[in-house]
Amino acid sequence: MNEMHWATVDWSRAQFALTALYHWIFVPLTLGLSFILAIMETIYYKTGDEKWLRIEKFWMKLFGINFAIGVATGIILEFEFGTNWSNYSWFVGDIFGAPLAIEGIMAFFLESTFVAIMFFGWNKVSRKVHLLATWLTAIGTNLSALWILVANGWMQNPVGMHFNPDTMRNEMLSFAHVLFNPVSVNKFVHTVFSAYTFSALFVVAVSAWYLLKKRHAEQAKYSILVASAFGLLSIIGTIVTGDGSAKQVARYQPMKLAAMEGLQKGSRGAPLIAIGTPNIRKGSLLRSVAEDFKGKDQVEVKIKGFEIPYGLSILAFNDPDAFVPGIQDLVYGNEKEGIPSYKERIRSGKIAINALAAYKKAKKEGRADEAARQLETFKAHFKDFGYGYFDENHPEALVPPVTISFFSFHTMVILGTWFLVLFIWLYYALFKRKLETNKTLLRLAVISFPLGFIAQELGWIVAEAGRQPWVIQDLMPAQVAVSHIESSGVIITFFLFFVVFTALLIAEIKIMTGAIRKGFTH
Amino acid sequence: MFEAMSYSALQAYWWILVSVIGGILVFLMLVQGGQTLFPKLSENEDQKTVLINLFGHKWEMTFTTLVVFGGALFASFPLFYSTSFGGAYWVWMIILFAFIVQAVSYEFRRRDKKFLGSRTYEFFLVINGIIAPLLLGIAVSTFFTGSPFTVEKEALVRMGTEQSVVISRWGTVWHGLEALWNTDGAAFLWNIALGLAVFFLVRNLALLYIIRMVKDEQLTANARKCLHRMVPAFLVFFLTWLAGILFYKGFGVGADGKIYREAGIYASHLIEHPVVLVILLAGVLLVLYGFYVALFRDAGRAFGWVGTGTVLAVTGILLWAGLTGSPFYPSNLDWQSSLTVSNSSSSRFTLVVMSYVSLLVPFVAAYMVWAWKTLDKTKIDTAELKTEEHVY
Ligand code: HDD
Ligand code: HEM
Ligand code: HEM
Repeated sequence: MNEMHWATVDWSRAQFALTALYHWIFVPLTLGLSFILAIMETIYYKTGDEKWLRIEKFWMKLFGINFAIGVATGIILEFEFGTNWSNYSWFVGDIFGAPLAIEGIMAFFLESTFVAIMFFGWNKVSRKVHLLATWLTAIGTNLSALWILVANGWMQNPVGMHFNPDTMRNEMLSFAHVLFNPVSVNKFVHTVFSAYTFSALFVVAVSAWYLLKKRHAEQAKYSILVASAFGLLSIIGTIVTGDGSAKQVARYQPMKLAAMEGLQKGSRGAPLIAIGTPNIRKGSLLRSVAEDFKGKDQVEVKIKGFEIPYGLSILAFNDPDAFVPGIQDLVYGNEKEGIPSYKERIRSGKIAINALAAYKKAKKEGRADEAARQLETFKAHFKDFGYGYFDENHPEALVPPVTISFFSFHTMVILGTWFLVLFIWLYYALFKRKLETNKTLLRLAVISFPLGFIAQELGWIVAEAGRQPWVIQDLMPAQVAVSHIESSGVIITFFLFFVVFTALLIAEIKIMTGAIRKGFTH
Repeated sequence: MFEAMSYSALQAYWWILVSVIGGILVFLMLVQGGQTLFPKLSENEDQKTVLINLFGHKWEMTFTTLVVFGGALFASFPLFYSTSFGGAYWVWMIILFAFIVQAVSYEFRRRDKKFLGSRTYEFFLVINGIIAPLLLGIAVSTFFTGSPFTVEKEALVRMGTEQSVVISRWGTVWHGLEALWNTDGAAFLWNIALGLAVFFLVRNLALLYIIRMVKDEQLTANARKCLHRMVPAFLVFFLTWLAGILFYKGFGVGADGKIYREAGIYASHLIEHPVVLVILLAGVLLVLYGFYVALFRDAGRAFGWVGTGTVLAVTGILLWAGLTGSPFYPSNLDWQSSLTVSNSSSSRFTLVVMSYVSLLVPFVAAYMVWAWKTLDKTKIDTAELKTEEHVY
């Protein structure tokens, strides 16, 4: 792999991360607001009280502004698999393409058709049909989340497939395994709950701002009533499933967990770091700790901080005595716990790749016995296939960026805990009819919206940065997934995306704040 | 039920589905056509707003159809997805940028008067309206004229060397733009001709739609006048393309599976496949009849004819590319790398699973038609927009 190639890999990564993070600014709001709208419209339908219609229409306007830009960023992601990760698209297209296509057929059409009825159908369909359209929009958006997260979960834990040496790609064996992949199921629930939480924070923050400004007090309070109930349920769901996510990471991606916790040496009864700072060289925030290993056998990378005894073992495996492997156990192996070193896995991966090459050759030359023998070897070593693309003298290249994983994960958890407190507090104040006078709480509610946004983005950074260098866990690293394009091309498109998306984001924020300032209309 | 089908029948089924979605996509690109017309047809701000809203109520459907077209290709023909998208990088990127700016423009146009300004968003709409049909037409033409790429599935086992492991490679640094000057068989002429043909076709569709849906004498009169220039423009470019392709030194798959080239091969393939021929001809004739109605009878009644004809004709063209014995994505750099429906598809199992999902398509089509009809219940004019709350 030469330098040009690495530049293409790194810029393609940067471009994917940029576009995905932008998409994720808008999508969570769509996911949650669509349900909040549906709930409000249902109340209107049941009570016939025009007040609810006005409230809904206000939030619908904000929904529309947000929706358009979510769609704009989504199409880029879908096509980027082809434009920037073309090798990947062939290697796993047989499995990965299906959820994407199903997402289009099942979810995107539902959402884009009924969103038009929702916006433009007020005078054209009955109240009942309109309500149905609003619900179908919400269901459509959430179905699209389901299918894309099935796809993403599969990359973290590839199941339900095998490698076909004749077509040189992975092929699906069981759709049910792909769909009910435990990682995907949990990921879906955690992600949509987090999106509902975020949307509730949005409604709460805007309404709290009105209360502080003493405007639209009635509408604001009703909005908070709906949103804080919705938000409280959602944050509880988020936390419970977040714990589920951590358990699955422990099981399927132990290196990601070690990075999230900055765990160097594993142990039984491992403690959990509640608050702390990683003790890593300066400037290694984005890069992996590979640099820290260079030329040395082992490097201490400690994370100092406040520890909860046995916490990590319990978090990861529900068992205070469970062994949680650290970065060093995984890189250098741990015989006692039966963990092979990366060096061994790299060797095993190379055996797999060489056997595949020999199989192809023997088959072309018509030597069936030899082909069969090579195929056996290949199959036995396939689980390490992706490791074969690494240099056995540099197993550190397989360590993800620790600092960023650690901080992202811990900040997300701390913020999640705060949102739980916030929603309980809001509900309590509303119940006690003290909300309007509690300026502190209202101010906290306003600033929690940007915090929710941060938690959202950090979640993805944990999930995606923590699985580096794998695009597909253990099977395909990023440098093998990339397209054959010049890095200069990707650099140009990266900056074009950056400029265009940033301009649109600024426009959206201006429009949004303008609409909020204008307030509820009659 | 799909389990009983042979692998090649499944591959054909998926190519047919992709072709139909492609046909619908081009029809729905009347939105793009409309986006190039509003500055020309409207004589004041109110009229402009009427036109923008007419197409604004439909843009999401076109957009989503494009997304699904891409998704369906990814799932059913992943090697095409990876070869074309990763190879013709610039063409696809330009198309993508054109769609990003479109998606926000309707919603933002009237709301963002200070930062980028209404004019900017209107300009974005025009840009999207020009680029999308033009480049998609050119891309479809390369299904016949070929592109410079190689495919080598064994590349994956070349680890540990300096050579890259990438399977699909593009032969030029222009990454797709070379379709505009590829002189092999004067390919560039035909590519550009189809691009322009699609561009004028969707403009015509948009004009007919305006005539049908808008309640404003001046606007519809302007649209009728415009039609007299747009119809001939479409015919010139489409017939040029058709003639060029019929005589083109095209690509075929031999009995031994090897790719060869022969002048006029696409014409003979068409004659050998009467079903495809009939679909294509029916489409073309319907379009022509629709234009006859539009120009010499009642333009208000032509939309249905031209619309149906468009779907059929485009479907026919894609079927012609994929199912008549040619590779649907030929390589003019290494003929044997060309992609056929059988060597680029997903596995049998995946196609079966996906085929079950495809049973949803009629339901989807039904609610889309219902929604379309519901939104088009009444003609649109300035007065109607005053009663609407969500105006673009
Ligand atoms: C409001 C946002 C939010 C909040 C408060 C939380 N999360 Fe989260 N988290 C997400 C938003 C999110 C997310 C954006 O939805 C992610 C990104 C990928 C994914 O599956 O969900 C995520 C991922 C994610 C992952 C990585 C999953 C993977 O790598 O596949 C773990 C382990 C957790 N979360 C755990 C938690 C825990 C224990 C929380 C306790 C409070 C928590 N999250 C709160
Ligand atoms: C929408 C939320 C998402 C965000 C914010 C996100 C974030 C990121 C980030 C930060 C990276 C770069 C990692 C690094 O190199 O440091 C990345 C890479 C990547 N992500 Fe995601 N991701 C998201 C969703 C997804 C989904 C749903 C998929 C798959 C369906 C996906 C697939 C990928 C791929 C293919 C790469 C590039 C390969 C790699 O470097 O690993 N991402 N993403
Ligand atoms: C890399 C992965 C992703 C790809 C390829 C992708 C693709 C797309 C596309 C093409 C659209 C536009 C659809 C339309 O035409 O209406 C879209 C919108 C959307 N996506 Fe994504 N997406 C990704 C990540 C995600 C994730 C992780 C979620 C949710 C968990 C999500 C949820 C949505 C939703 C709800 C919409 C529609 C609403 C909106 O635009 O705000 N997407 N996405």
